[in-house]
Amino acid sequence: MEPLIEVRGLAKTFTLHTQKGARIPVFEKLDLVVHAGECVALYGPSGCGKSSLLRSLYANYLPQAGEVLVRHRDARIDMVKAEPSTVLAVRRETIGYVSQFLRVIPRIPALEAVAEPLRALGTDAEAAGRRAADLLGRLNVPEGLWSLAPATFSGGEQQRVNIARGFVVDYPIMLLDEPTAALDADNRQGVVELILGAKERGAGVVGIFHDDEVREAVADRVFDLRDFAAAA
Amino acid sequence: MTEAAPSPLLRVTGLTHRYGEIVACRDISFELFAREVLGVVGESGSGKTTLLNCCSAHLEPTAGRVEYDTRTHGLADVFGLREPERRMLMRTDWGVVHQNPRDGLRMDVTAGGNVAERLIMTGARHYGRVRGEATTWMDRVELELDRVDDPPKTYTGGMQQRLQIARNLVTKPRLVFMDEPTGGLDVSVQARLLDLLRGLVRELGIAAIVVTHDLAVTRLLADRLMVMRRGEVVETGLTDQVLDDPQNPYTQLLVSSVLQV
Ligand SMILES: Nc1ncnc2c1ncn2[C@@H]1O[C@H](COP(=O)(O)OP(=O)(O)OP(=O)(O)O)[C@@H](O)[C@H]1O
Ligand SMILES: Nc1ncnc2c1ncn2[C@@H]1O[C@H](COP(=O)(O)OP(=O)(O)OP(=O)(O)O)[C@@H](O)[C@H]1O
Ligand SMILES: [Mg+2]
Ligand SMILES: [Mg+2]
Repeated sequence: MEPLIEVRGLAKTFTLHTQKGARIPVFEKLDLVVHAGECVALYGPSGCGKSSLLRSLYANYLPQAGEVLVRHRDARIDMVKAEPSTVLAVRRETIGYVSQFLRVIPRIPALEAVAEPLRALGTDAEAAGRRAADLLGRLNVPEGLWSLAPATFSGGEQQRVNIARGFVVDYPIMLLDEPTAALDADNRQGVVELILGAKERGAGVVGIFHDDEVREAVADRVFDLRDFAAAA
Repeated sequence: MTEAAPSPLLRVTGLTHRYGEIVACRDISFELFAREVLGVVGESGSGKTTLLNCCSAHLEPTAGRVEYDTRTHGLADVFGLREPERRMLMRTDWGVVHQNPRDGLRMDVTAGGNVAERLIMTGARHYGRVRGEATTWMDRVELELDRVDDPPKTYTGGMQQRLQIARNLVTKPRLVFMDEPTGGLDVSVQARLLDLLRGLVRELGIAAIVVTHDLAVTRLLADRLMVMRRGEVVETGLTDQVLDDPQNPYTQLLVSSVLQV
């Protein structure tokens, strides 16, 4: 079966022009293949480039070399070279991304923020709302908060809203950047179940899990970024 | 499943505009597709307004082409259209939201009249229906309906801006040009206006070019960004990529000069 993601020869270096052109080489010659139903855990010390790789898969960062081939509909799209409109279509339909911090419009209610990705796919407001409510419930976000804007929520509540938003669409590919970092054990378990559910339905998952228990519960293999460290 | 490459709504090719010795825009090319929102950012004097005015056919560029996907002739040079055709385009397919509401509203005509005017210009005749549409739109932009007979000169800046938006959207344009739509407003008023614009643009599937120097505005509204400096485009790409991983030295400076966007 053709993989969901195939990364070939990827390299990422930051050049800080405002700081005398300082160069921060992050990774190079990086290859990674992700198949349906598997979860790959990115691994390595702080600053080794885990988030940078995840963001490159989502086309939020622009790699300096290599390709990120993603199966989208029946085609393979190189996220590095794709036009913005294509990247946005891939993000709408194919790749879900849960960032480390919630970044939604500060003023819209949590329930609407969670339902939004489904609405963008044309699901009617009522069905999208039901699905959003189901997820918020499963993640123990108190019902009294659903109609409020997340700006004032606690860190853990915001993160659960963020996770609900990421899982509201059954994306074929899920990218997760430390989804359980701000959560207690009970809430971590809720997230673990969501991830296992996504794998069950055939999603390919790439994640960063600093919690060993969570990683062991969800990951099929570990991908060590240190193997691809770029020479300074 | 292969899809035919869609034809753009707007295509700008090699656009250059000079004011005497000043080159305000130099050799700019880009395409805009249906439902796409393009943000144009850059420092003061970088040529953003000039570019926008050329695209909206208000200013003929010194060189280059601006083509628009017209309903009758397909992709056509907007400066090659006959004057009545171009005027019709401006009234039906296009909308322009000016930075200063004075440039986009008739300050002495009632608010309802301002909204109705565009409908009447496009051929609507039935008084009751025109008034009904006008009030519907005032409501959609959250303007109080008991102010419908007041002229905009009695409105606050934020209300005037919302009225301008209603006036433009009432004819269901395919493409809207906006120059600093939230400029000159209080921060809280800006936020509400932005939410409103974002909702309407998505719901109606409008394409737009939004000129602003507020990067936070582009993060919320724009799919794609074009960064201008001294009349040239120095970087272009997906909005969040340009903001989070800017490649050009000038873009890096621009992004690093604001706290967090
Ligand atoms: N947008 C950016 N601009 C410049 N440098 C960046 C940017 N993003 C990341 N970096 C740098 O790239 C390197 C890798 O960062 P990254 O965030 O990918 O690491 P990480 O493995 O996710 O670390 P952590 O475990 O602490 O989250 C770091 O040196 C970081 O400073
Ligand atoms: N009518 C005009 N006559 C002469 N020069 C002009 C005219 N309009 C603009 N310019 C000049 O052209 C350049 C670009 O101006 P423009 O208004 O397009 O910039 P801008 O990017 O919109 O700036 P701002 O952010 O301040 O609105 C500037 O140097 C400006 O002084
Ligand atoms: Mg990280
Ligand atoms: Mg201007």
